[in-house]
Amino acid sequence: MTIGLGHYLTVAAILFVFGIFGIFLNRKNVIIILMSVELMLLAVNINLVAFSTHLNDLVGQVFAMFVLTVAAAEAAIGLAILVVYFRSRGSIAVEDINQMKG
Amino acid sequence: MDFASTLPAAAFWLFAAITVLSGLMVISSRNPVHSVLWLILAFFSAAGLFVLMGAEFLAMLLVIVYVGAVAVLFLFVVMMLDINFVELRQGFLQYLPIGALIGLILLAELVTLGTAWTFGSDISLNAASPAPAIEQVENTRALGSVIYTDYIFIFQTAGLILLVAMIGAIVLTHRDRVGVKRQNIGKQNARRPEDAYELVDVEVGKGVPMPTKKG
Repeated sequence: MTIGLGHYLTVAAILFVFGIFGIFLNRKNVIIILMSVELMLLAVNINLVAFSTHLNDLVGQVFAMFVLTVAAAEAAIGLAILVVYFRSRGSIAVEDINQMKG
Repeated sequence: MDFASTLPAAAFWLFAAITVLSGLMVISSRNPVHSVLWLILAFFSAAGLFVLMGAEFLAMLLVIVYVGAVAVLFLFVVMMLDINFVELRQGFLQYLPIGALIGLILLAELVTLGTAWTFGSDISLNAASPAPAIEQVENTRALGSVIYTDYIFIFQTAGLILLVAMIGAIVLTHRDRVGVKRQNIGKQNARRPEDAYELVDVEVGKGVPMPTKKG
């Protein structure tokens, strides 16, 4: 059995659905939600690289690299906001975050 | 069916199974520290999938950037914040039915979409920058020759995004502590001998009066 494009796309689809499912399951825990977002971005990257190698076009891999960059920046900023929020409130419960609005 | 042709397929199934299972454990494990460790395993096996697809540079980037930086950052934050995770897990099963329903629908849609279409016959003519043969140019060199020429402005923008993220994270988490003694170099250099001490002529049989405090 040869492994084709469809196999990689299926793996990426399952991983993406797990990311969305994680956001639903852990509604209160911001850290797990951030990790779920990372999982979804990883699924997107798998898709991009799979299409890139299947179509023999390098641009998909270049774009995957930029997605990686933005994901790293997003994780750093998100965790920084989380640390500041924890310092001021002593908890990271999501439902209290709407109190941040001025 | 010889060994050399079944080995890539076996490696694919191994890495795919580990990626999917560790992805499931990320969202379902009780302890967030375990979640981060499962996330690291998911990134590692996804890097294995990248190698199988022939994107070695991105695989190494995934290991270095994600496992080396992002996952360790998550680990630091999870371990440094003193959070009552039991309280946060209340209502864990409350959203399970609707979440499972939406997840199943989305998965069915994605798999249907992924299996129901085909490529056009001459789709590879549309490649914006066709990858050279791997025997002549390796993946890293080919990627570099694209990034530093055609996509140089986007590459610089990515660097700018990282700079903004770095400055933002520092500004957000930096705080001025009160009551911390720090070196003040300007004050040190402005200090003169006449501010520091005074000569007192002590007469015989008398004590020294309390020094008057200057400035």
